[in-house]
Amino acid sequence: MFEYFIRRIITLFLTLVIASIVIFVSLEIIPGDPASYMLGINAQEDTILALRKELGLDVPKIERYLMWVKGMLIGDFGVSYTYRSPVIEMVSERLWVSLPLAIYALILSTFIALPVGVYAAANRGKVSDLSVMGVTQIGIAIPNFWFAMLLVYLFAIILRWFSAGGFPGWETGIFFGLKSLTLPAISLALPQASILARVMRSSLIDTLNEDFIKTARAKGLSYNQALVSHGIRNALIPVLTIIGLQFSFLMAGAIIIENVFFLPGLGRLIFQSIAQRDIIVVESVIMLLVFSVVVVTFIVDIAYVIVDPRLRSSIL
Amino acid sequence: MKFIKNIFFIIIAVPLVFSVNANAAKTDLTVGLQLEPPHLDPTGAAAGAIDQVLYSNVFEGLTRFASDGSIIPGLAKSWDVSSDGTTYIFHLNKGVKYHDGSDMDAKDVKFSLDRARAEDTTNAQKALFAGITNVEVIDHHKVEVTLDKPNGNFLFNLAWGDAVIVSEDSIENIKQNPVGTGAYVFDKWVQGDRIELKKNSDYWGTPAKLDRATFKFISDPSAAFASMMAEDVDVFKSFPAPENLVQFEADARFNVLIGSNEGETILSTNNKMEPFNNLKVRKALAHAIDRQAIIDGAMFGYGTPIGTHFAPHHPAYVDLTGQSNYDPALSKKLLAEAGFPDGFTTTLKLPPPAYARKGGEIIASQLREVGINVEISNLEWAQWLEEVFRGKDYGLTIVSHTEPFDIGIYARPEYYFQYDSKEFQKVMDNLTAETNPVQRTSLMKDAQKIIADDYVNGYLFQRAQLSVVNSKVVGMWENSPTQATDLTSVYWQN
Repeated sequence: MFEYFIRRIITLFLTLVIASIVIFVSLEIIPGDPASYMLGINAQEDTILALRKELGLDVPKIERYLMWVKGMLIGDFGVSYTYRSPVIEMVSERLWVSLPLAIYALILSTFIALPVGVYAAANRGKVSDLSVMGVTQIGIAIPNFWFAMLLVYLFAIILRWFSAGGFPGWETGIFFGLKSLTLPAISLALPQASILARVMRSSLIDTLNEDFIKTARAKGLSYNQALVSHGIRNALIPVLTIIGLQFSFLMAGAIIIENVFFLPGLGRLIFQSIAQRDIIVVESVIMLLVFSVVVVTFIVDIAYVIVDPRLRSSIL
Repeated sequence: MKFIKNIFFIIIAVPLVFSVNANAAKTDLTVGLQLEPPHLDPTGAAAGAIDQVLYSNVFEGLTRFASDGSIIPGLAKSWDVSSDGTTYIFHLNKGVKYHDGSDMDAKDVKFSLDRARAEDTTNAQKALFAGITNVEVIDHHKVEVTLDKPNGNFLFNLAWGDAVIVSEDSIENIKQNPVGTGAYVFDKWVQGDRIELKKNSDYWGTPAKLDRATFKFISDPSAAFASMMAEDVDVFKSFPAPENLVQFEADARFNVLIGSNEGETILSTNNKMEPFNNLKVRKALAHAIDRQAIIDGAMFGYGTPIGTHFAPHHPAYVDLTGQSNYDPALSKKLLAEAGFPDGFTTTLKLPPPAYARKGGEIIASQLREVGINVEISNLEWAQWLEEVFRGKDYGLTIVSHTEPFDIGIYARPEYYFQYDSKEFQKVMDNLTAETNPVQRTSLMKDAQKIIADDYVNGYLFQRAQLSVVNSKVVGMWENSPTQATDLTSVYWQN
C-alpha cells in the first residue's frame, strides 16, 4: 500500500513536470510577442526591445522556464505582461464569476435532467418518452451561444427583465449577482441537461434489466417501486461521472457564453491573454487547471484503493 | 406569511424602485467600448483603448485635441515661440492639482517629457519627442522646451495621449492606478468588465457635468447590439456592427453619429518584394481595385474612398482618387507591360478586424479579375505584428492606420511597406521644419501627390466613426480626431 502511494506520488510529479514543459514549449513556439503587441504599428524597434527588457523577455528561454517553475513552487505564478498585475490575483478575481456560474449551471442542469431522465425511463417507448428524446436531441443540437442570443433577445431586449450581459459584482448583493448569471447559466445548462437526461434514461433502463431488479419485482414490488427504491441509486454512477466531466468543462469551457454575455470570467481571460500574447498568464492558468485535475485524479485513485478491497489486492 | 411578503417585495417593489430612479435626471453614463485597455498608462502602450478611457477625462497634456481636430490649450494656457522656431516657453495654468491633491507644476512637465524621450523609454510614439534637446524649468508655472530644429507639428505632437503630463510621485503605480489632472478621477477597474470614473470636484477648469462614468468592455458585436438595445449601455463608441445601424436609426431611443476618424485603410504593399518593386505592378494593383465595392461590401457603405494616405476631412487634403480609378482593362495592360501578361501569385495576410477580413475577400476576387492570384491567410494581431510588421514577410496586407496625420510613416524606409523615396523624405523634412501655415499646406499637398504617383500602397478608404448614442445624451463627439471619448462636456437632457 505504501509502495503504491509512493509510486502514485512520483507519477503525479512527473505528470506535472511534463505538463509544464509541454505548456511552456507549445506557447513559446507560437509566433507573436507581447511587447510588439503592446506598442502597436507606430513603434520603433528600439522601443520594442526596451519593453522586452523591462518585461524580462530578453532572458534566454531555458532560464525563463526555470524561473517560472521555481516561482510556481513557492506559489508565485508571475506577473501579467500586459496588465502588470499578479496572475494569481487575476485568476482568483475571475474565479468569483466562473465558479458560481459553473455551479449554477450544473445545479440547473442536474435538477432538470434527473427527473426528466427518470420520467422517460419509466415511460419507456411511450409518446412521453419519445418526446423527451426528441426535445433533448434538439437541446444537444442547438449551439449554446445561439440559444443564448435568443434568450437575450427575448428577456433583455423585448421583455427587459434581465440585462443583456455584464456582471455587477457580488458587492451589489447576491440577488443582482445571481440575476446577472441566470441567462448565461440557462444557456450553459441546456445542452448539459439534454446530455445528462439521456444518460440518466439509458443508464436507468440498463439497470432495470439487471437481476436484482428482477428479484425485487419477484418479491412483489411494482415496476415503479422497483425503479425508485433500487433502480435510481444504481443508475446514478455513470451519471455522476458525466456530471464530474461537465463541471470541468463548465469551468474552463464557457468562453463563448462569457463572450456573448460579456462576463469577466476565466475563459475570457485565457482568450484575451492568448490574443495579446500574455503568455505568462496563459501558461500559469493552464498549469493551475492541470494541477487541479491531476490532484483530483490522484485523490480519486487513492480513494478507490481505500474503498474497494478488490483493487487493493490487485496492486499489491 | 412573512416569507411570502418578502418574496413579494423582491419581485414587485425592487424593480419599482429602479424604474423610479430611471425617470429622474441621470448623472451617470455607461459607455460601451469593444476593447479593454491592457493597463492604464497612456504613455506606455499604443493601445487606443487606453486613450479611449483616459484621454482628457483623467489625463491632460500641455495641448489637447478639440472635437474638430484643432489643437487648443490644455494644461498650458499659452506659449511663446522664439523667432527661429526652436524654443517654446509654455505658461501653465495655475491651481492645477493632481487627483491625489498634489500640485501640477513645471517640474512635472520636465519629468514627463524627459521620460517620454529617454533612451530606454517604452513610449509607443517615441518619434513625437525626437526633436526635443532640452526641457528647462523656469519657474513653477513656466517651462522652456528647446528643439534641435523648428518643428511645425510640435504643438500637435504634444496633444497626443502619449504626451500627457504625469507626476513622478504616482508614476510607479500608474498602470493600475492612474493619477492625472483631468475632470474625472479614476475610481476602479474590474478587469475584464469595466472601468469606473467619478467627477473631480476640485477640477481646475470647467467641471464635468456627470457624476460618474462607467466604461464597459463588450467585444462581441452581437453583444454590443444587445447591450444598446436593452439600454444597459448609454453610448457605444466605435460601434462594431455597422449592419445593425439601420435598426438604431429607426428607433427613437437612439441617435447614430456618423463622423470622421483618422483610420486610413490601405492595401499595404511590400515595396521591396518582387514584383511589387515595379511601379507598373503597383499601379496595376491600384486600378484593379473597386473602392466603392469594398466600402459597400465590407463596411456596409460607411467610408470614403481615398487616393492617397491622407484624411479627406483634413483642410490640406487633395482628392487623388481619380488617379487610382477602377479600370481592370488598364490594370491588365500595365501588368502585361511590366512582364506579367498572365498575372502572378502573391500572399494577402489579413489581421482580425472585419474591414480586413471582409475587405480581403473582396479584393482577392477583384485582383483575380486581372489575373493576380492571391493566397489569403488570416492572422491574429500578434502573428501579424511578428510576420508582417516586423518580419516583412508578406506581399499584400490590409490595415487601418488610425494615428492622426501619419503620412510621416512613408518617410521611414525601414517601415513595413519599405518605401524609400528621397524626394518624399525631403518634402517631409521641409514640412516638419516649416511653421508658415500656407507653406505647410502646400508641402502637405506635395507629399500626398508623391505617394499617390508612386502608388506605394493601394489606398482604399477612410473609415467612418460610427457611434450609437442614447438620444437624451448630449455632447458626444461625432468625429474622432484622436482615439478618445471626451466626456468633459457630456450630459443628460431631461
